[in-house]
Amino acid sequence: MKYQTVIGLEVHLQLNTKTKAFCGCAIDFGKTPNSGVCPVCLGFPGTLPVYNKEALNSAIKLALAFSCEIQEHTKFDRKNYFYPDLPKNYQISQFDLPLSRNGYLDIASGGKTKRIGITRVHLEEDAGKLIHETSSSLVDFNRTGVPLLEIVSEPDLSSPQEAFDYLTSLKNIIGYLDVSDCDMEKGSLRCDANISLRPEGAKELGVKTELKNMNSFKGVKDALAFEVSRQTELLEAGQPMTQETRLWDAEKSETVSMRSKEGAKDYRYFPDPDLTVFIIDREMVSRIKTQLPELPREKMQRFMRDYGLSEYDAKILVNSKKDAQFAEDCIQKYPEKDKKIMVNWLIGPLLSEANARKLNLYELNIDKEELINLIGFVENQSISHLSAKLVLTQMIDSQKPAVLLIKENNMLQISDTTALEEIIAGVILENEKSVSSFKAGKTNALMFLVGQVMKKSAGKANPKVVGELIKRRLTDA
Amino acid sequence: MVLNQFTAHELLDKLKNSQATLKDILDSIYARIQEVEPKVKAYARYKSVDRPRLNPQSNGLFFGLPVTVKDNICTEGLNTECCSKILTNFRPPYDATVINKLKAAGSSIFPFKANMDEFAFGSSTENSYFGTTHNPWNLECVPGGSSGGSAAAVAGDEAIWALGSDTGGSIRQPASFCGVVGLKPTYGRVSRFGLIAFASSLDQIGPITKDVEDAAILTRIISGYDPNDSTSANKDIPDYTDSLGKDIRGLKIGIPREYFIEGMDAQVKSVIEEAINKLKSLGAVANQVTLPHTQYAVPVYYIIATAEASSNLARFDGVQYGYRAKSDSLIDMYKKTRAEGFGEEAKRRIILGTFALSHGYYDAYYLRALKVRTLIKNDFDAVFKNFDCIITPTSPTPAFKIGERTQDPLKMYLSDIYTISVNLAGIPAISLPCGFTKNGLPVGLQIMAKPFNEEMLFKIAHAFEQNTEWHKIKPRL
Repeated sequence: MKYQTVIGLEVHLQLNTKTKAFCGCAIDFGKTPNSGVCPVCLGFPGTLPVYNKEALNSAIKLALAFSCEIQEHTKFDRKNYFYPDLPKNYQISQFDLPLSRNGYLDIASGGKTKRIGITRVHLEEDAGKLIHETSSSLVDFNRTGVPLLEIVSEPDLSSPQEAFDYLTSLKNIIGYLDVSDCDMEKGSLRCDANISLRPEGAKELGVKTELKNMNSFKGVKDALAFEVSRQTELLEAGQPMTQETRLWDAEKSETVSMRSKEGAKDYRYFPDPDLTVFIIDREMVSRIKTQLPELPREKMQRFMRDYGLSEYDAKILVNSKKDAQFAEDCIQKYPEKDKKIMVNWLIGPLLSEANARKLNLYELNIDKEELINLIGFVENQSISHLSAKLVLTQMIDSQKPAVLLIKENNMLQISDTTALEEIIAGVILENEKSVSSFKAGKTNALMFLVGQVMKKSAGKANPKVVGELIKRRLTDA
Repeated sequence: MVLNQFTAHELLDKLKNSQATLKDILDSIYARIQEVEPKVKAYARYKSVDRPRLNPQSNGLFFGLPVTVKDNICTEGLNTECCSKILTNFRPPYDATVINKLKAAGSSIFPFKANMDEFAFGSSTENSYFGTTHNPWNLECVPGGSSGGSAAAVAGDEAIWALGSDTGGSIRQPASFCGVVGLKPTYGRVSRFGLIAFASSLDQIGPITKDVEDAAILTRIISGYDPNDSTSANKDIPDYTDSLGKDIRGLKIGIPREYFIEGMDAQVKSVIEEAINKLKSLGAVANQVTLPHTQYAVPVYYIIATAEASSNLARFDGVQYGYRAKSDSLIDMYKKTRAEGFGEEAKRRIILGTFALSHGYYDAYYLRALKVRTLIKNDFDAVFKNFDCIITPTSPTPAFKIGERTQDPLKMYLSDIYTISVNLAGIPAISLPCGFTKNGLPVGLQIMAKPFNEEMLFKIAHAFEQNTEWHKIKPRL
């Protein structure tokens, strides 16, 4: 039997606000353990939370970017459970009146665009960190109370690859909004996944498994792929599936059962009486909406429209906000009409340089004017394309201007006909055979002769000009 | 009369006019405490050997006059233990907002905290880890609770004035049992920051004083918006002493028929009726009104209050502060700490509240209780459309014998039958002495007004007080 995979993702995103979600502590992860804390985030008796307006602002911004409906009334709820990294033994979160609902994210997967529903985006507080030592465990509360956004997708994803592409798009958009560092390895973005399989064509969802403990996008993809095969095997063997939570073990590349549904926790959610129900000001929402930056999709379409880019090229350039900005600056500064030339440089040699150095385009630290100069030398045929690529590498490494490097490398092409005529005359004399072949109509012979001239000029002759000169000389005679 | 017997406003006059020094006042208080504290036990940890030095400011509105503070209000560097083993030796690193306000007004904080029922769970101050407080009017009787220490200290002239907290009557009922004045301000009038929470949506800090004028003065100082408490109201604070000495002719008093029912002590009934007649003789107009949802107040209260308490008390887990039981594992440490650290009533309420919030019971209990709470509030709104205030007894009985109700929690819960609706509705109410039973136990008159109309309470209470002698009678200890 064929099975259909159904995946939903739950992303937790640390917001990069100046202060914590419910107290005035500055957020700084570099601090020594338990130095970025106060009685409020430590949950000391008698203290009370006050919500952070900047966090609310970021949350609304992000929800709007995913076209979510912003609720008129929202509230905070308490999620009750005991754990030493949670000083109040409850987490302030949102339960039945989340900040926003019903959004979507369009993802590009397998050459097609697919719309993935976003069920809800809500605000909550982060817990602390446990550090386990051999005979004891320590707790660092610096992270406690950092604002988190929970972004829950609909079960619209149908393969591990789609889940990966969803996370990539999500990260891309969040990068544009500048609300989070979005680094899964540092824990500023965390992702849990729900996955179930059902027979192709079936309407009812299968028994779901919740996956935790993935710490990279690839980890999410691998864990889901593992689950697809594990669950397929179980289903095919006719074994009953149980609803459970499983942990991804990246080293062993497998998931391990953590708890079954019977062991599921009862979080006893109820409205936090310390934080009253509040109304989200509509004017504020419209203000945030007008201040939203151009998002990747819109930017891509504009690049295609304004600069005549192909969808493929545009998509590459809008992958990160700063790269897109860098690329657009270059394109706009490029003085020639045919912007495609600059675009080809950006997604060709520059992108290769960036990839080779594991950097973003903008991080190459290349002077835009110098890049334009370099392209100019190629376009007016002063240097070859090959030489220009070498110069580009050197420019990035040395930060020297293009013209200086070309001189240092002695790369200027000889387009001066008098200088070339002398070499050509010599080559014609020395290669009678080829000359007669050419005259007999064999065009290959011309290539050979050009090659000889190039050799004699130590590669500096402009091959185009050389070809023209040889042709003229031999046909005229 | 000795200094400690005077009211605060009388002492402030003496200090202003140099008829007494702060040292004289403190000496008389300590002398009184030495004399009667072994019998009354109003203070949580009083030991005659150590008399800490006060560092009073000689200026400010209050000339360094000390305030006695209930053990659940945080005082920087001073034990604040909620009279619970689990908070043993907890010294907050911060002052509650009310303490800051008092200090700013030149008040000093009395270095011994007032006894109370553990975490304010109780109506008799029998549930204190530090032992039972005795009623100064009859040492075999309870002082009421949970602010029984504050009320007994003021009644026994061991304190000039005091702060209590009121979640379901914890200021008014002990004030009534001890023959002093106690006010529960409107929810949101006084900051809760630094009050160790019992039930966050019901708790309010308020004054316990020897007369109405003192209550007006103290209420004004502790009131006001606090950016650290999201539930505090951003409203102007009137000078409540302006409400004193006013004519109450034509004021409309509502007498709720649901409060004058079986179970009310006959002597209490006749004392209250006399008090109402007194108010009529001063020109007020009294009519019967109805608060039809009164019968649901006790069950609604015990669901909401215990639900919130179960979550608020989760933080007492032995991890960061207070008592920690010796143990080998985390879960075991949690269990032992809480089993050994909490008293019986605290455990009872935590279990009740945990149950009410549990999956499958939430809708039937907590959610339904919230709905009925709204109906109870609507009852009051309807009456206050046509009436200036509502008058009831504060408690159906005078102070009962120590031990009389400890085996019957339900009967104990019914001691608050007249006070808890006020907390559910969030309205202000005052209790003041209005007579005695044949056995010489004080009876309290409760006046309720609409939200943020404490002025009305002071106006009526002061008019009554100034036309009666009840507040001048002192217990013989």
